[in-house]
Amino acid sequence: MSDGRDRVLARVRRALADVPRGERPRDVPVERDYLRTHGARTAGETVDLLAGNLADYRAVVHRTTEDGVGELLARLLSRRGAASVLVPPGLPPHWTAAVDATRVHDRAASTPWELDAVDSVVTGCAVAVAETGTIVLDGGPDQGRRRITLVPDHHVCVVRVPDQVVGSVPEALERLDPRRPLTWISGPSATSDIELDRVEGVHGPRTLEVVLLAAGEGGRAADGG
Amino acid sequence: MSGTYLGMPAFPKAARDAVRNGTLRGNLRHATHTIRDKRARAVAELEDWEELRAAGKAIKDRTLRHLDHHLVRLERAVTAAGGTVHWAADADEANRIVTALVKATGESEVVKVKSMATQEIGLNEALEAAGVRAYETDLAELIVQLGDDRPSHILVPAIHRNRGEIRDVFARRMGRWGRAAPEGLTDDPTDLAEAARLHLREKFLRAKVGVSGANFMVAETGTLVVVESEGNGRMCLTLPETLISVVGIEKVVPTWRDLEVFLQLLPRSSTAERMNPYTSMWTGTADGDGPRDFHLVLLDNGRTDTLADEVGRQALRCIRCSACLNVCPVYERAGGHAYGSVYPGPIGAILSPQLRGTGSEVDASLPYASSLCGACYEVCPVAIDIPEVLVHLRERVVQGGEVTRQGVRVTLRPARGHAAERAAMRAARWTLDHPGALRAGQRLASRTRRLHPERLPGPGRAWSDTRALPKVPAESFRDWWQRTRGGAR
Amino acid sequence: MRVALFVTCVNDTLYPRTGRATVRLLERLGVAVDFPATQSCCGQPQFNTGYRHETEPLVRRFDAAFRAYDHVVTPSGSCAAMVRDNYPRVGAKAAAEGRGGELAEAAARAVTKTYELTEFLVDVLGVTDVGAYFPHTVTYHPTCHGLRVLGLRDRPRRLLAHVRGLRLRELDGAEECCGFGGTFAVKNPDVSAAMGADKAHAVEATGAGTVCAVDNSCLMHIGGTLARRGSRVRPVHLAEILAATEEEPYA
Repeated sequence: MSDGRDRVLARVRRALADVPRGERPRDVPVERDYLRTHGARTAGETVDLLAGNLADYRAVVHRTTEDGVGELLARLLSRRGAASVLVPPGLPPHWTAAVDATRVHDRAASTPWELDAVDSVVTGCAVAVAETGTIVLDGGPDQGRRRITLVPDHHVCVVRVPDQVVGSVPEALERLDPRRPLTWISGPSATSDIELDRVEGVHGPRTLEVVLLAAGEGGRAADGG
Repeated sequence: MSGTYLGMPAFPKAARDAVRNGTLRGNLRHATHTIRDKRARAVAELEDWEELRAAGKAIKDRTLRHLDHHLVRLERAVTAAGGTVHWAADADEANRIVTALVKATGESEVVKVKSMATQEIGLNEALEAAGVRAYETDLAELIVQLGDDRPSHILVPAIHRNRGEIRDVFARRMGRWGRAAPEGLTDDPTDLAEAARLHLREKFLRAKVGVSGANFMVAETGTLVVVESEGNGRMCLTLPETLISVVGIEKVVPTWRDLEVFLQLLPRSSTAERMNPYTSMWTGTADGDGPRDFHLVLLDNGRTDTLADEVGRQALRCIRCSACLNVCPVYERAGGHAYGSVYPGPIGAILSPQLRGTGSEVDASLPYASSLCGACYEVCPVAIDIPEVLVHLRERVVQGGEVTRQGVRVTLRPARGHAAERAAMRAARWTLDHPGALRAGQRLASRTRRLHPERLPGPGRAWSDTRALPKVPAESFRDWWQRTRGGAR
Repeated sequence: MRVALFVTCVNDTLYPRTGRATVRLLERLGVAVDFPATQSCCGQPQFNTGYRHETEPLVRRFDAAFRAYDHVVTPSGSCAAMVRDNYPRVGAKAAAEGRGGELAEAAARAVTKTYELTEFLVDVLGVTDVGAYFPHTVTYHPTCHGLRVLGLRDRPRRLLAHVRGLRLRELDGAEECCGFGGTFAVKNPDVSAAMGADKAHAVEATGAGTVCAVDNSCLMHIGGTLARRGSRVRPVHLAEILAATEEEPYA
C-alpha cells in the first residue's frame, strides 16, 4: 500500500519539475471576483425566489406559519394517503401532532427494507439556497440519517424562513459544516439519461414537498401548493 | 463490455460507419441540440459566468502545480475522519486493491454509482474475473450494461440509444439480471424510468458494498462530493456497509470554499440545471449514518504522465461536465464509440492519448479527430484550450519528442505511417519558403488548367468524392500584381 | 495610410479575385496598398497538422516580408488567427527547446500589426459603410477562427448591413463549423463531408443566391459541396461583396 503511495507521489513531484522550488501552494493566484450573490434582494424576495426555483424543478411548495404548520402537514400526509410516516428524533412534536399516519422512528437496526415500507418522511433542513432552489440536509436531529429521506417515495421538508434561507451557493457553503454528512436536494429525483431530456422520478423520492414556515404567529396556513 | 479498447480502429475508420448510420445520427443530433440550447440559457442566467470560469481554471491550476501537497493533506484529513486511503499507480493496482477490499467483506456483488475512473480501469471486468458481480445503477449505465454495449458519452453513456431502443433492451434483458421489466412496457421516458426504479430497488436494498467515484475531493477537510440526478448515487453512498471510492488524483481541490465555484459551474455546464437534483458530501465515516467502512483509492493511471507535460496538463482540469461533447460537430456525427475510449468527444481526444500514450492506432488518430473549430474551448467551464492541446499532441505524433510514460521520461520517435505526409509537408514548406518556386508552380497549374480532372485519383479522392475542386485561375494574384503594378516593392 | 496586403497562399493561387477585390476596396477608402512579394504562406497547414518545425521558416519569412509596415491586412480569418494565436506559441516553444528568443520576437512583431480585413475596416479605419453595392440575397457563414479565435463578432454583419441592394438571409446553425478544418477535410473525410452536407443544406434552406464568409478555404469546402449537390448558390468572399459598386458591379 505504501508502495503505491510512494510511487505516485514521486511521479507527481517529478512531473512538476518546472514549478519553481520556492513556490508555495498559496502563491498560485486565484481571483475571486465572481459575485457572492446574483442581484440584491430583501429577505422576503429571497424566500420568493427560493419558492419559484423549487417549483421550477417540480417540488411542491407550501407556505405556512407556526400556528398552521401542524394542520398543513396533517393535510399533506392525508392527501397523499400515507399510512405511515418516518419522523426524525428531533422534529418539533407539534409539527406532526395532528397527523393520523403511524409515526415510525428510524433506529440504527432498521433495515432498508423496513424503510421501503414507509409511505412518507417529514424533516427539517439545515439551509436552503434561493438561487438554485436547493434544500440542504446535514443529518441534524430534525433531519435524521441520510437514508430516511431517500428510501420513502414522499418527502416533506420544512424550511424555516427567512432564517434558514440564503441567497447563493457561496453563502450556503459558509453555513455548512463539512464534517457532517450533507445532502443537497434540488427537486425530486430526475434523470436526463433518455435523449438528454429531463424526466422526474427515478430512485429518490418522486414527490418532494417543501413547506416554507414563517416565523410569525397568527394567520391561517396559506397553502401555495 | 467496456473494459478494454485494445485493437480499436483509427478514428476516421470508426467514424465512417457512424456517419452512415442514420438512426445514430438522428439520436445524437436530437440529444446534443436539446442540451446545447438549454446549457446556453442556464449559463446566461449568471452574469459572472466568465469570472467563475476563470476562478475554476485558476483553482485547478493551483491544485495541479502542488498536487503532492494537496494529496497528502487530503489523505491526512480522510484518515482522521475514519476513512482508509489507498494509492494505485495504474489500473491493475487499483483493480487489485478494490477486488481485495470486496473479497474481505465476503460479498459477491456490489452496486455502483456511475464513475468514469472505474470504467477507465475496467473494474467491472476485474471484479467479474474474481467472481464478484458489479451492478451499474445509473440509468444510462444500466442501459449500456443490459445491452452489452459500450458507453458513448461522459454524462449520458447511452446517448446513442433512443427511447424505442431503450425499451427493447429493458424488455429483453432486465429479466436476466434481476427483476424483469413490467409487461407492456412503453417507450415513454417516464415508464422507462419507472422500470429502472423497480429493477434496481431490490439491488439497492440488499447491497452491502457500494463502489463510487467522486466529482471533487476537498484536501482541507477530507470531504468527497458526488453530483448526481437520479438518487442511485445516494443509494450506493448511504445504504451499504462498505463504501469504496475510486478517484483520479486530479479531482482534489484545496479548500472547502473552492466548492462554491464548481457547484455553480458543473450543473449548468453538464445537465443545464441551476443545480442537479442530488449532491452528496461525506467526510470519512459518520456515526450511525451510512457506511461503517470507507475506502478511498487514489488513482494515477497516466495522470502524472499527463501532468508532466506543461501544455497537456491543462486536460487534468476537466470536471467531466461533457459540455464539449454536446457542442462538438465532430462528436455529433461520429458518435462516442469512434473515440475508442471511455472518454469520447473533444476532451477524450486530448485525454486518451495522454493517459494511454499515442502508441495505438486509435490513440494516434485522436488528436486529428477535430476541425479545430474551438466550440469546445468556448463552453469549457474550466477553460481548457482543447484546440491548443490537440495541435500539441499532433506534434507529438508526427514529430515525436520527449514524453513521460509510466513515470519515466522517454523520447518518442515520429509515428510510422506519416512518412509520405511528412515528405509532402517538407516539400510544401520548401516551396512556400521559395516564392520563385511557388510562382513557377502556380504558372504551371494555370497553363494546364483545362486539363485538370473533376475528380482526383488516390488520396485526393478524400476531397473530390464529395466536393468539387476549385478551378485554377488563369493568373495568380502575384502575377496580376506584377503585371498591373509593375512590381512595386 | 499605407498598409501591406497579406494575400495568403490560398487566395494567391486559387482565389486571386479576392486579393484584387481587397486592393480595390482599400484603395477606394484612401488606403495605399503594397504587396511585398517575398510573402508566401502563414504556415497554418503545417502547424495545425503537427509540423511545427516546418512552420518556423514561414514565421521568419512573414516577419521579414512585413517588417517595414505598421499594418498588415489579410482577407482571411484563419490566417490572421494563425499569426495572432499560434505564432507566439511557435516562438515560445522554440525558446523552451533552447533555441533562443529570435522566433518569439518575430512572432510578437507580427501579432500586433496583423488585422483580418473586417477588423481593419471597422476598428482601424472606423468605417462600416464602405459604399458597396451588391443587389442579391446573401447569407453569411461566420467561420470558426474569425468567430472564436479573433472574436470578429458582428463586424462582418455590420459591414454587410450597409451594402446597398443586399438582402441578408439568416443562416440556421450559423456558428457551427462547416467541416473544412484544413487537413481535417482529408484526414477525416467522412465526418468532414457530413458536416459540409449539413452546412450546405442550411445554406440552401435560406433561399439566398450567395453564401459569403471571410475565409476562402471554408468557402472552397462549402462551395465544393454545394456544387456536387448541383446547387446554384455561389460562394463569394466578403471582400468581393464589399468591393462591388454600382460603377464596378460584382461580375
